[in-house]
Amino acid sequence: MITIQNLHKYFGDLHVLKGIDLTVAKGEVLSVIGASGSGKSTLLYCINALEAIQDGEIAVDGISVHNPGTDINKLRQRLGMVFQQWNSFPHLTALENVALSPRIVKKKSRAESKEIAMKQLHHVGLGDKINVYPNALSGGQQQRLAIARALAMEPDYMLFDEVTSALDPELVGEVLDTMRLLADEGMTMICVTHEMGFARDVSDRVAYFHEGVIEEIGPPSQIFENQKSEQTKKFLAKVR
Amino acid sequence: MDYNFHWRPVFRSLPDILEAATKTLEVSILSIFLGIAFGVLLAVAKMNGPRPARWLAISWIELARNTPALFQLFFFGFGLGAFGIHFSPYMIILLGLTFNNAGYLAETFKGGFNAVPPTQLRAARSLGMTPVQAYVRIVMPQVFKIVYHPMTNQLVWAVLMSSLGMLVGFRELSGETQFFASKTFRIFEYFAVTAVIYYVIVKFILGVSRLIAWRAFRWGDT
Amino acid sequence: MEIKFFTGLQFSDLGFLGEAALKTLMVSGVAIGAGTLLGILFGWILYQGRWVAAASLGLVLDAFRSVPLIIQLVLFFNLFPILGLPLEPFTAGAIVLAFYTSALVASIVQGGIEAVEKPMRRAARSLGMSYWQDMIYVVWPIGLRAVFPSWVGVALSVIKDSALVSVLGYVELLRASQILMTRTQEPFIILSVVGAIYFAISFPLGLYGQHLEKKWSS
Repeated sequence: MITIQNLHKYFGDLHVLKGIDLTVAKGEVLSVIGASGSGKSTLLYCINALEAIQDGEIAVDGISVHNPGTDINKLRQRLGMVFQQWNSFPHLTALENVALSPRIVKKKSRAESKEIAMKQLHHVGLGDKINVYPNALSGGQQQRLAIARALAMEPDYMLFDEVTSALDPELVGEVLDTMRLLADEGMTMICVTHEMGFARDVSDRVAYFHEGVIEEIGPPSQIFENQKSEQTKKFLAKVR
Repeated sequence: MDYNFHWRPVFRSLPDILEAATKTLEVSILSIFLGIAFGVLLAVAKMNGPRPARWLAISWIELARNTPALFQLFFFGFGLGAFGIHFSPYMIILLGLTFNNAGYLAETFKGGFNAVPPTQLRAARSLGMTPVQAYVRIVMPQVFKIVYHPMTNQLVWAVLMSSLGMLVGFRELSGETQFFASKTFRIFEYFAVTAVIYYVIVKFILGVSRLIAWRAFRWGDT
Repeated sequence: MEIKFFTGLQFSDLGFLGEAALKTLMVSGVAIGAGTLLGILFGWILYQGRWVAAASLGLVLDAFRSVPLIIQLVLFFNLFPILGLPLEPFTAGAIVLAFYTSALVASIVQGGIEAVEKPMRRAARSLGMSYWQDMIYVVWPIGLRAVFPSWVGVALSVIKDSALVSVLGYVELLRASQILMTRTQEPFIILSVVGAIYFAISFPLGLYGQHLEKKWSS
């Protein structure tokens, strides 16, 4: 379980997150929607400590994320993250990209890491690309590679930061399908996304972010049909 | 034109001249490796170091880049000589070339570091890698690819600059040529042959470099 | 009879150094000026790339950059007496430096012309501009901004390399410093002063180039 209490985040003088309270249960799929700049991606980066926080508490399975005493490298092994710009490592083949972290972070043997990597690459549908370098893969394939890379660490939670926003339209589907597959398998997921269809069909809950606070949160039926907030209605009207 | 070209003395001295050419390669390559080592340290000091280290790094880099190479050699020769420190001609060249290389390469490395997207580091850390693991495994290989071409150019530069050995008494390719030329007064013939030798050396270095790049950087441009 | 071989540093020596600094700037200036003009011409020829001239020119310019400058200077200086034309160190040095500069400038110019993207030039041509109008009104202004920083780098390089003309006997700044060091036996002070002079010439020019680069890239 991930718990966030009264989270405040500043970029210099800019107050980006203004008191976020959120709990994500095991097995839940939470979609986060909202306008650009509303703080959605920043929230994800705070959860795995890629960004520091100025006030509040974030705990993953009871372990405080921002406590100086916490072994953050160990904690990050439980949190898999996939970025908008996939960030595949260009100097490694697909297989090496996925097998590297299990080997050097989890200290698994080469053989075991390779096995895990093969399994995850097949899992996301890249079984035939194991010895290919990222520069020979399409955006969609590189994004799936990034997902496989994160999955290879056997995380309990997956964080997706607008992972389809940088893709050509025809490549979006294959990535969303992979995410759907993970959701069906019971993975706990927090997905910052602009894909309303995905948010509505796959999520257990949807959180609408507006100007640094969670304006409204609830099941898709509430957010997309029976909005409690005018602001939510306005936002959805614009994106339809 | 009543000048007779006398090439034979040149060809007779060729073995000695070619042996001197190996000295050229030796001092140049050594100065590049040392230059890389110091260059990386200078780059890191300039980007992340404490105040005095930054100041030292900046001074070194700016001095190396804003004064003539020959001047830098004079410093290691005459300048240190004033304090009683006397180096052999070989050392003067090695120190001078290394000093110069380090200064230029530091800027190259800084540029290389900055050119690797910070998102690569983020991705590596998000997978649980320690900072050291992330830098060594993910950032440095990419930096190396970016700086490879400038580094090769710096090596060529070092080879060309080593010719200044002629002026400090170091018998590398130019120095050896000067020695024979002044003995026989066949200055043009000797230096013409040496010019060709330098050309061949430079082309060879560039060729080998391209070959290595082709093999090592097959992951190419995205 | 007392023969004074070594005398201390005197004020007139500063004048000596100053004059030598001017000599440095003189030979560099000529070389950079002539070399840049030649380099622009050569660069354009290389860009065309169609004629045999371009290929052989490329080879020759490449040679200028693959042979040490000092070798080129000695070679050239000794070639002309052979042909019966004695040359002054200044002239020989300036000519060699000019061709060396032109080789560097040519590759910059070639890259600069190529850097002006085809679509922009196609737009110009489709508006009815002739080849030369396109070159003058589109390629030149845009390309200039792209290559100026590199050109400043070349100019600074040549100013520093001009120290080598001293090998031919030309008393520029570095040779002057050598003469003074031998006479006064005060190498450290002289090197510091001379170093400062080189720095004073090179550093501000470099900063100016960077400043322009920043200004023009916005």
